[in-house]
Amino acid sequence: MKLLYFAWLRARIGHAEEVLSLPEGVHDVAGLLAWLQRRGGRYGETLRDLSVVRVAVNQEYVGPDHPVCDGDEIALFPPVTGG
Amino acid sequence: MIRVQREDFDVGRELERLTAGDHTIGGVASFTGLVRDMGGPERVSALTLEHYPGMTEKKLREIEAEANRRWPLSASLVIHRYGRLEPGDRIVLVATASPHREAALAACHFLIDWLKTDAPFWKAEETPQGERWVEARSEDNEATRRWRGE
Repeated sequence: MKLLYFAWLRARIGHAEEVLSLPEGVHDVAGLLAWLQRRGGRYGETLRDLSVVRVAVNQEYVGPDHPVCDGDEIALFPPVTGG
Repeated sequence: MIRVQREDFDVGRELERLTAGDHTIGGVASFTGLVRDMGGPERVSALTLEHYPGMTEKKLREIEAEANRRWPLSASLVIHRYGRLEPGDRIVLVATASPHREAALAACHFLIDWLKTDAPFWKAEETPQGERWVEARSEDNEATRRWRGE
């Protein structure tokens, strides 16, 4: 799967994207976020408060229950501020 | 039509192009968003707009399609810039054309409200204290919820 980070999540995590295989035991967005938090370091710090983190799977906004699989494009970012 | 671009745009020329050749159009409504600097200790010397290439275009197309479902529009246009912009620079143009003013005005208002909460853009301001990421405003979410009838 491809993970993308935008705005201050990208700045704090330190890179804009990474490719990894679906971690064992991860089936949905909530599981993936928990796995990233457990990776620790910059991930744990940046994702400490999930109330300010939005997720899109394959370019659609999704909630924590949305399934994730290998091959998905998963983006993490703060609430949007365009216009 | 939607466009996501780094370059500036000419509002007059865009509006002219939007209505060219269609004499059933009775009115054009437009909204132009500019980079703002309110001065004081929070002075903004510039801002950088980041976006999610691919998803941005997809969401803008969806929002435009929704406006066209709700109102009888003859034409519509959304241009949103990204990259580094300075106070006074144009950020966004929304324009809607219709035989009647009500549809044009309402659809224009809807589009700018909805794109603020649904299009994946983020603003980082350059201030004397360093870079500051603009936070989403709850008023913006409420404005979009009103259109959703929530």
